[in-house]
Amino acid sequence: MKKFFIPLGIFLVLVAFLAIGLKRNPQEIPSPLLGKPAPLFSLNTLDAGGVKFGPQNMKGKVWMLNVWATWCVACRDEHPLLVALSKANQLPIVGLNYKEVQAQDAPAGRQLTPEEKLRIARERSAVWLQRLGDPYAVSVFDLDGRVGIDYGVYGVPETYIIDKEGVIRFKTVGAVTLETLQSQILPLLQKLNAS
Amino acid sequence: MKLTHLLLRTLFVAACLVLSGVTTTLAKEALPMAQDPVLEKRLILISEELRCLVCQNESLASSRAELANDLREEVRKLISQNQSDQQIKDYLVSRYGDFVLYRPQVKPLTWVLWFGPFLLLVVAVWGMFSYVRQRQSAQTTVAALSDADRHKAQAILNSGDAP
Repeated sequence: MKKFFIPLGIFLVLVAFLAIGLKRNPQEIPSPLLGKPAPLFSLNTLDAGGVKFGPQNMKGKVWMLNVWATWCVACRDEHPLLVALSKANQLPIVGLNYKEVQAQDAPAGRQLTPEEKLRIARERSAVWLQRLGDPYAVSVFDLDGRVGIDYGVYGVPETYIIDKEGVIRFKTVGAVTLETLQSQILPLLQKLNAS
Repeated sequence: MKLTHLLLRTLFVAACLVLSGVTTTLAKEALPMAQDPVLEKRLILISEELRCLVCQNESLASSRAELANDLREEVRKLISQNQSDQQIKDYLVSRYGDFVLYRPQVKPLTWVLWFGPFLLLVVAVWGMFSYVRQRQSAQTTVAALSDADRHKAQAILNSGDAP
């Protein structure tokens, strides 16, 4: 009788492990950047006449970096939430537009120059933000994805929270949901703003 | 007419690539500045050990994802800066985490991963031996006749065929 229960026990343990494995999100990869200083950059902004912008401009503030693009479908899903968040004046959100102009956007037989890319990216983003609302205090353009690599971006949208000292405190991959906002981002904001 | 010809040719080339199964050829094909063969060889060696984060079961060498392209370009740049393989891997790990490595580093966090299977093997071998030994001893005790049984049998045999 006891012998009968041993395989059954092993089987149940196996089932438990597999059930946990099924529930886990393979997209969720712990970022090594948590607790590290946000990589510096200096990028063009949406404002054509404007100066370049970087994390150094946000020193002393708790802020959000939201990586997005107009071709990104999930960005559309999270966008209303970001607009609401910016309206509630919770924290400044910086939009990092990631590789807006893709290879297939180039006319046949030639490549776009960086200036052309920037112009197209500005035009497209402006239209998109006008239509869906602009939650961003500043919008910057990472045309070649170099800054994205420094931040370990592998799936747009990605969202980071950076503290007053410029240290990354939170990262999420995929659309920000109301649940993540309420259970993780807002409590973290309170903590960071208090310190 | 010309278009169909071109289409057929592209299809033929694609079929050849797929049939030859040389994934590295694909990776190479996607690269615009595949000039230096030594550099390319090192790129392939390194990127075969790295995971593409977009399509997680593909290596960086074989993936055709946009990000993989960018990262190969990045690795190429680092190689031309005379960085060692370890430095290049560290560069990627510091951005994307240990997950980019197909061969995880041996450290306390990965001990279960590296040594767990051997531990299971040891446990299984021990289990098998103890099971076999148990069975053997059970069989020998059953097979052997006790002295009393032997005498009884002998007595029956000695008594002959007498009814």
